[in-house]
Amino acid sequence: MGRTLAEKVWEQHVVRRADGEPDLLYIDLHLIHEVTSPQAFDGLRMAGRPVRRPELTIATEDHNVPTLLGPIKDPVSRTQVETLRKNCAEFGVRLHPMGDAGQGVVHIIGPQFGLTQPGMTIVCGDSHTSTHGAFGGIAFGIGTSEVEHVLATQTLPAYRPKTMAIEVSGELPAGVTAKDLILAIIAKIGTGGGQGYIVEYRGEAVRKLSMEGRMTVCNMSIEAGARAGMIAPDETTFDYLKGRPHAPAGADWDAAVEYWKSLTTDEDAVFDTVVEIDATTLTPFVTWGTNPGQGAPLGAAVPAPQDTDDPAAAERALEYMGLTAGTPLRDVAVDTVFVGSCTNGRLEDLRAVAEVLRGRQVVTRTLIVPGSMLVKLQAEQEGLHEVFKAAGAEWREAGCSMCLGMNPDTLAPGERSASTSNRNFEGRQGKGGRTHLVSPQVAAATAVTGKLTAPADLV
Amino acid sequence: MEAFTTHTGRAVPLRRSNVDTDQIIPAVWLKQVSRTGFEKGLFSAWREDPAFVLNDPVHEGASILVSGPDFGTGSSREHAVWALQQYGFRVVIAARFGDIFRNNSTKMGLLPVVLPADVVEALQSAVEADPTLEITVDLGERQVRWGGEIAGFEIDDYTRWRLMEGLDDIGLTLRNADAVAVYENGRQPWLPTTV
Repeated sequence: MGRTLAEKVWEQHVVRRADGEPDLLYIDLHLIHEVTSPQAFDGLRMAGRPVRRPELTIATEDHNVPTLLGPIKDPVSRTQVETLRKNCAEFGVRLHPMGDAGQGVVHIIGPQFGLTQPGMTIVCGDSHTSTHGAFGGIAFGIGTSEVEHVLATQTLPAYRPKTMAIEVSGELPAGVTAKDLILAIIAKIGTGGGQGYIVEYRGEAVRKLSMEGRMTVCNMSIEAGARAGMIAPDETTFDYLKGRPHAPAGADWDAAVEYWKSLTTDEDAVFDTVVEIDATTLTPFVTWGTNPGQGAPLGAAVPAPQDTDDPAAAERALEYMGLTAGTPLRDVAVDTVFVGSCTNGRLEDLRAVAEVLRGRQVVTRTLIVPGSMLVKLQAEQEGLHEVFKAAGAEWREAGCSMCLGMNPDTLAPGERSASTSNRNFEGRQGKGGRTHLVSPQVAAATAVTGKLTAPADLV
Repeated sequence: MEAFTTHTGRAVPLRRSNVDTDQIIPAVWLKQVSRTGFEKGLFSAWREDPAFVLNDPVHEGASILVSGPDFGTGSSREHAVWALQQYGFRVVIAARFGDIFRNNSTKMGLLPVVLPADVVEALQSAVEADPTLEITVDLGERQVRWGGEIAGFEIDDYTRWRLMEGLDDIGLTLRNADAVAVYENGRQPWLPTTV
C-alpha cells in the first residue's frame, strides 16, 4: 500500500523504534523565542546539559516586542527578552534581536530565510509552528518541557498522529482568500475536529495558492485541533525557495529538488479520515464568537445559539462579544483593525491591504504590522507604507503585536476589532477585548467603512 | 517529574467547552522567566466573577478538575499546566483535550483523563449534588471511581509507565544517544543550518 506525505516525512525521521514505545523522531530545525524558552534553558543549566545542535536552532524576539520604535518599557517583558539574549549567548544559539535586519515573528523568518524546506521536521514552543507545513514538512508546536528535550537531544519521542486529508475541490472565487478557506474549514470540522491528526490540504484550490496563502492555511491547522498541517511541495514551493539564503544551491539544489518531488501522497495511500470542501461555494468568512470555529460567511447574520452545534457555548460567546442573534454581520461596527501576525503578516497580505486602501481613508484605529523586518523593508521598497499612511493607518515595526496581548498593542475592555490574526478567544487581544477574525482584504475594507465589510462592498 | 500512581480528592465541575489555554492562563502571566507563581494566573479573568465555580468555597482544596470537552485547546503554553498544578490540581477529566496541552500535562505529571462526554456530565452532576464527594483516579487500574461508580479510561502503556515512575523524558532519550549519532551521520547533506 502507498504512503501519505505525512507518513513519508515521519518515517524519514525515525531515529529509533521499539515495541510499546513512541518513536524517537529527529528534529531538523528548532525555532525558539523569548516566551517559552527561559525555563527550558534553566533546566539544561540545572542538569549541566549543553544544546546538542545549536546550528539547527534559531532564536528571535517577537511576542513581547513593542511595534513602536524604542526600548521595551515593561520591565517584566524586558527581563524576558534579556533572558533570551543571555541564554543564546551562553548556549551558542544564533539570535535575531530587536533592531536586527533578520528579526521578526518566528514563523515568518524561518520561511523567509529558506530555513523551512520540504520534508523537514520543525518544532517551536508555539502552536502556530504548523505554518511551516506549507512547504511539505511536519511542523508542530511543543511545550517548554519538549523545548528543553529538543535543545538537549535534537529529538522528540512521539506517536505518529493519524492522517486526515482535506480535499478542496474547484477554484476559490474572486475575492475569496486562503484565510476565508481556512476559517470555513475550521467552522466545518470544529476546534476539535483535527485532534490527533496531521492534516494534508489537497485539491485544486490548494495547489493554486501561493506559498504565502499556503502558510496562512497551515498556520491555522491548530485552530481546528490538528498539531500539524501540510501541503505537498511543487513548483510553487521550489520557486519560492530558490535563491533564499539557506536554501540549497548548485548540485545540492538539484539533489534536493529530486528528493522533494517524491514528497507526495501515493495514489493508493489511504488516509484515516477525508473531509471534502467545495471551494466554489466559499465567500469571505468571519468569526462571530470566541473560538475560531464560531464563524460564518460575511453575508450571514449572527446565529441563534440554538442553531449552533454547542448552544451553551454560543450563548456565552454572544454575551461576551456583545452581539445579538439575527444581526447581519455586515452591521457589526468595529473600533480597531489589526493587520499582521504569523497568519497574515507577510508581503502579499500587505499588498492586498494596500490595494484596498489606495486612495481611501480609514475611519477606525488601524494597525498594520509587518511580520518581519524584511517584510517591512520589502513593503517600503514597494511604497506600500506610503499608501497606508496616506489612508490614515499606522505603519509599525515587526512583531506579534496585537495578536496576543503580550506587548503594548492591545484592545481595551469592550473594544471590538477586525483582526487578521488567528485567535478570537476571550481576552486574547487584551482583557475584555472582542475579536472578529478576518482576511487582510476584509480587514482593509472594514477599516474604510467601520463595519465588517468585503472589498467588493466598497463603491 | 512527580510520580503519579493513584490520587483521591474532591473535584471542581467546570461546565464549559473549549476551555482554551488563554483562559487557563492569560498571556500577561507568560512574561515570567521562573517556573513558579503561576497559580495566581489560573483562570485569572474568569475568577474576577464571584459566581465562577472556582470561587465557590465548597470547592476549596479540590484537586480534580472535571471540564467540558476540548479542554486546553489553542496556545502551546506549558504555563497552563504549571498554573493548574501550582493551584493544586493533580488530574483534569474531560471528553476531549487539545493535543499539545495533553502532551505537556504528561511531561509534568498532571494526569489528563479522557472519559466519554456522558460520563463526564454524570460526574459533574454528582459533584454538584455533593461537593464533598471523594473521587479516586487510579492510573495503575486505569479507573476513575466515585460513589460506587467505576469508569475505565485509556492511556498508552508507555506514558502510564513514565507517569507512575515519575521518569524524566530527557534522561530516557539520552540512553539512546548512540542511535541519535548514527542517524545524524545519515542526514541529507543539503539540510540547512542556522549559522
